Amino acid sequence: MFFKTGTTNKMNRINQKLQENKKLLSIYFSAGYPNLDDTVSIIENLEKNGVDMIEIGLPFSDPLADGPTIQESSTAALKNGMTTEVLFDQLKDIRKTVTIPLIIMGYFNPMLQYGVEAFCKKCQEIGVDGLIIPDLPVDVYNEQYKATFEKYGLINVFLITPQTSNERIHFIDSISNGFIYMVSSASVTGSGSGFGNEQTDYFKRIAELNLNNPQIVGFGIKDHDTFTQATKHAKGAIIGSAFIKHLTQHGAIKIDAFTKSILKA
Amino acid sequence: MTYNINDKGYYGEFGGAYIPEMLYPNVEELRQNYLKIMAEPSFKEEFDQLLKDYVGRPSPLYFAKRLSEKYNTKIYLKREDLNHTGAHKVNNTIGQILMAQRLGKTRIIAETGAGQHGVATATVCALMGMECIVYMGEIDIARQAPNVARMKMLGAKVVPATSGSKTLKDATNEAIRDWINNPVDTHYIIGSVVGPHPYPDMVARFQAVVSEEIKWQLKEKEGTEKPDYVIACVGGGSNAAGAYYHYLEDTDVKLIAVEAAGKGVHSGESAATSVLGKEGIIHGSKTLLMQTKDGQITEPYSISAGLDYPGVGPMHAHLYKTGRAEFVAITDDEAMSSGLELSALEGIIPAIETSHSLAVFEQKTFKPDDIVIVNLSGRGDKDLQNYIDYFKL
Ligand SMILES: Cc1ncc(COP(=O)(O)O)c(C=O)c1O
Repeated sequence: MFFKTGTTNKMNRINQKLQENKKLLSIYFSAGYPNLDDTVSIIENLEKNGVDMIEIGLPFSDPLADGPTIQESSTAALKNGMTTEVLFDQLKDIRKTVTIPLIIMGYFNPMLQYGVEAFCKKCQEIGVDGLIIPDLPVDVYNEQYKATFEKYGLINVFLITPQTSNERIHFIDSISNGFIYMVSSASVTGSGSGFGNEQTDYFKRIAELNLNNPQIVGFGIKDHDTFTQATKHAKGAIIGSAFIKHLTQHGAIKIDAFTKSILKA
Repeated sequence: MTYNINDKGYYGEFGGAYIPEMLYPNVEELRQNYLKIMAEPSFKEEFDQLLKDYVGRPSPLYFAKRLSEKYNTKIYLKREDLNHTGAHKVNNTIGQILMAQRLGKTRIIAETGAGQHGVATATVCALMGMECIVYMGEIDIARQAPNVARMKMLGAKVVPATSGSKTLKDATNEAIRDWINNPVDTHYIIGSVVGPHPYPDMVARFQAVVSEEIKWQLKEKEGTEKPDYVIACVGGGSNAAGAYYHYLEDTDVKLIAVEAAGKGVHSGESAATSVLGKEGIIHGSKTLLMQTKDGQITEPYSISAGLDYPGVGPMHAHLYKTGRAEFVAITDDEAMSSGLELSALEGIIPAIETSHSLAVFEQKTFKPDDIVIVNLSGRGDKDLQNYIDYFKL
């Protein structure tokens, strides 16, 4: 399964990372926030401070699956002048300094306007390893875009939620070749006040399905406790809104303080 | 070639369901059930009964004599403004509340622009004793105050949408987020032929009663079921979809879709999606929408809250692309003066949305014996303050 991706035999950085014997911390931020040119330094700093994987948010005017924190950071990033072109330009030398997996997370319309193939090609050139596109449905991906993504060695990451049926989870597992993004609860990003029994039962239920792809939990992870709970049964966890709040408060500095508070290292 | 939807949920290349996984169970449940439920005799019976006794259907098809004289053609007005709550929107909310009940939902959410759909939703929720939350852009709350008050009287909670342009697009975003957060007990009553499949088709089918009636009403009056033209304004496109529905495949009947040009199509303050839009994805549907080169959705403008939307439904994108419908753009000023004209000539004060349709007569000449139907989608009570301010009445 792992070697199926890409035109070369080189293993995708995401797959390599998933093989490491540790719980993974992944961080999401909106590119171009708080300042247009913070993107590269935020990525470098996150890597330096022990983050395992980064989701670079390509801002969108109408982010349907996001709560206020990510909405506001996207709006600010767009006001700062962030565009698909600008982001690709900022990232052009990123592989000279950064080795951890990089994923672009964004909504489908900006990719469609850029041209899906051109977008994928650019990702490969830069060294982006995967994409998360919440509003690109599984069936449309499977029928129209899978071949293109694979041609450029990109891993597409799908979401599941507590409402996703087991049958559909197995289907999503069968077309995934990296990890499954497990949305912690029925919500947009940035909500939730810790995890209750409902979530832990759900994390356990999914773990017991013995899927081919490891799961990484996202939505509602904001501190050491929620990170620990989420990764008890899953391979890793993704933090978005809580990190963006940190950026809002402190700017793109003191990133070590944030990651330390999560990892308690 | 068909102008209606195919079995995959597309009108030509437009439509589909581009939704986050979080919405999949809800949308899929609806997709699997909506046609089955609509075909149930008990559903049809209750729907028809409510349209008749509660909404007041059939709505009259009125020959507008003085307007016809002025423009030297035969103009019929389909009087959706006479429906309970004052617009065509209620045809859809009656259908969807019955659908929600059969799906076992107990909580209703909706978006609204002009407030007509919000009022129509709050009304059917009151009728059925269901909880109702309506999302409405902050700007629209200010310019459609009477409808906000009506929704409150009807027991609905009106939640302001404060992001983006603070109008219909943003209210729709908020309603979708609410649905993501409440995936089990909630039904989202979308107010137009927009959103992910099956919404555009379901809403079009509920609105199709409009053209179903036009057919027999016109037969009675003119001895033919077929007009030469059907004119309707397009925000998302539901009143147009209803007025076109039974004529879609009959190309003898010409369809005219009227969009809001705002302060002029190329003024930078417009909502004329067919001219300014490009293919893309908005609110879960592949369609035409106004956007930047970079794929960011643009903020539209129209004096009319109900037309102030940067997209059109996928059916209309298809009608535009195939040339089946002719698209006309009408400015604020043209619409306002046509609204005043209808009031003076026929004693009917139309909604500002509807006024856009009437302005077509200033742009386009019809033959004296052409039968032209205008879907009079709503009445102007909600817009009185706007008319007063505009004309300094
Ligand atoms: C009276 C009236 N006409 C038309 C519209 C536009 O909607 P649609 O294009 O779905 O008919 C609205 C929307 O609020 C309306 O209130």
